[in-house]
Amino acid sequence: MLWACILLPELALDAVLRRHATPDKPLALLYGNAPRQTLYALNQAAACVGLQRGQALSTAQLHCPELIVVDYDPQLSLRVKHFLAAWAYRFSSQVSVALAGAIVLEVEHSFSALGDWAVMQAQLRTGLVQLGFQHRIALAPSATAAWVLAGHEDGSAPQCAHSVRQALARVPIMQARLPKATASALAQIGLNTLGKVLALPRAALGKRYGVAVLAHLDRLLGQTPEGLALYQPQDIFDVSIDLQCEVYNAHALLFPLRRLTADLAAYLSGRNGGVQRFVLHLTHLDRADTQISIGLLTAMRDPTLLFELSKVRLEQLTLPAPVLALRLTAKDLPAFVPAAQSLFDDRAQHALNWQQLRERLRARLGDASVYGLSATQDHRPEHGWKRIDAKSSASANSSANTSQAAAFSTANRPTWLLARPIPLRDHALRLLAGPERIESDWWDGSDVQRDYYVIETHLGQRAWAFCSPGSVGPFMLHGWFA
Amino acid sequence: MSALIAIDSLIADRRLWRGKTNVAAAAGITASAEPTGFAALDAALPTQGWPESALIELLHAFDGLGELRVLLPTLARHTQAGRRIALIAPPYLPNPRAWLNAGVDLQLLEVIAAERQTALWAAEQCLRSACLAAVLCWPENADDKALRRLQVAAETGHTLAFALRDQKAACNPSPAPLRVQVEKAQLRVLKCRGANAPAQAIAFPHVWH
Repeated sequence: MLWACILLPELALDAVLRRHATPDKPLALLYGNAPRQTLYALNQAAACVGLQRGQALSTAQLHCPELIVVDYDPQLSLRVKHFLAAWAYRFSSQVSVALAGAIVLEVEHSFSALGDWAVMQAQLRTGLVQLGFQHRIALAPSATAAWVLAGHEDGSAPQCAHSVRQALARVPIMQARLPKATASALAQIGLNTLGKVLALPRAALGKRYGVAVLAHLDRLLGQTPEGLALYQPQDIFDVSIDLQCEVYNAHALLFPLRRLTADLAAYLSGRNGGVQRFVLHLTHLDRADTQISIGLLTAMRDPTLLFELSKVRLEQLTLPAPVLALRLTAKDLPAFVPAAQSLFDDRAQHALNWQQLRERLRARLGDASVYGLSATQDHRPEHGWKRIDAKSSASANSSANTSQAAAFSTANRPTWLLARPIPLRDHALRLLAGPERIESDWWDGSDVQRDYYVIETHLGQRAWAFCSPGSVGPFMLHGWFA
Repeated sequence: MSALIAIDSLIADRRLWRGKTNVAAAAGITASAEPTGFAALDAALPTQGWPESALIELLHAFDGLGELRVLLPTLARHTQAGRRIALIAPPYLPNPRAWLNAGVDLQLLEVIAAERQTALWAAEQCLRSACLAAVLCWPENADDKALRRLQVAAETGHTLAFALRDQKAACNPSPAPLRVQVEKAQLRVLKCRGANAPAQAIAFPHVWH
């Protein structure tokens, strides 16, 4: 087994920054109670103006009046860590969040599917950069060793027992993730690297510093099972972003929305699923949430498409009240079946498939705006057609098939039908064909008795019009032979 | 008399073209893979069919002159080959029986309901997406710029775009490579790229079966 460790040194800060519209302005996380708050973490810009960790808030604000402060929220860090575990789940089925400040995943079993460590490491790093997390990555035969090495040397990847021992020997004792008291006691007697500790006689070390140290060293060298609790992906997606201030304009919601949809897409591809229906909740101060429900006809997971579809629906909305938070929930997560495409697809880059185009049209024009038609067996022309609303692709096999065409008479029917007949006024009508009696439905009360004629108007139009039986005219126009 | 330019090279560059349609092939215009389904119309067009990936304008003064009848063979051919077509905001209800009789596979016919403002947007999206074979739209009061957008979208998506418009628009300039006017029992080509428009109208009688 080979374990990769992704160490997240600035998890709390990154969790806040990635949702922030202006991450390049000085920003600090605060820790502690109101009068004596201290800076817990700083972003690059804040460090550049000379602020330091642990400084009192009042001092920091003297240095940098425009400093943006956010309260440190351990819950948020935990949620983000779980989100990252869900993201890492696409690389391995064994992911754990048990180690502090890090995510570990077993990668050796995935090499055959995803490529060797160099490829995978590059994928991990690109993914983390896109998600907006600073990271250090190391690989080792045991999770604990990877965890320690990631803290010491970013990118190290010893794969056999001997090289792990060598790599660990260089780690300073304070970075060895030993209990703090033990580590400083060891350092005080001159054992300042892990190598020196590993060289000591085992029994004496145990006698002096307790078996916990021995157990830690055994886990480092992979000599004892680690027993990490593995991460289990959740079946619903529910992430919210608290906005920094009240938002009055839907446009200002687009940035957090992009993050949410990207997170959703990352989560979906982690569990190899798609999303069919998701809900955007806009939280207001003193009224119920505004909910925007977005239903798709086929399962999708493309981040740009998900963003675009939610964006269009959000833009159509006028905000009833200022928005405090944005939340995205998705419960209906069916399996994702990618659309079949030919291997040598010669279509252009911008090309969409019909499902994607249909979603785009529905998002802008309304859910019922795209539909198909089918013919019915009813003789009355106004009931002779049926609208087929686009259903989910599984049940799209509707009744309208071409063999039906044979079942209908080949009598002349106009290509256009008027939604409701209107009087046809023309001084020089010419009857071309007819009458054709259509008589139906005396049994259900909507009795129809009409004589239909094909008429040419003096302008040369071919019309399909009817009059009541027995008389020729006045005519009601019902269709055009266009 | 510094340089003599061969007339062949001018023709090859399309800086010069001959007025007669039957030499269109010589002028570098290849035959289209989109026959109209009407031999007389094909013969009159320099491309021997609809120009491919282009906006085609059909102008008619009134409804019911045969403006759809010109298109039905093309639409039937595409749906029977499994390609999808779309009608964007049609002015009337398409009557399924007549379309079935004309050979159109209704499963591949999509109707898109749109307001006047959004219909052009929808048409452009449909054309651009390259997943449809033909798109029919009814742009009202569309100006030169809107039509040019449709033409560019048709080119990028390799899709046939049919714009059915009022005959009043015939006197306005248009970027469409082909403009056909549907009249009573005849078709008149107003403009076709690659040749002079034929002076004679093409007979287009109604055939009853």
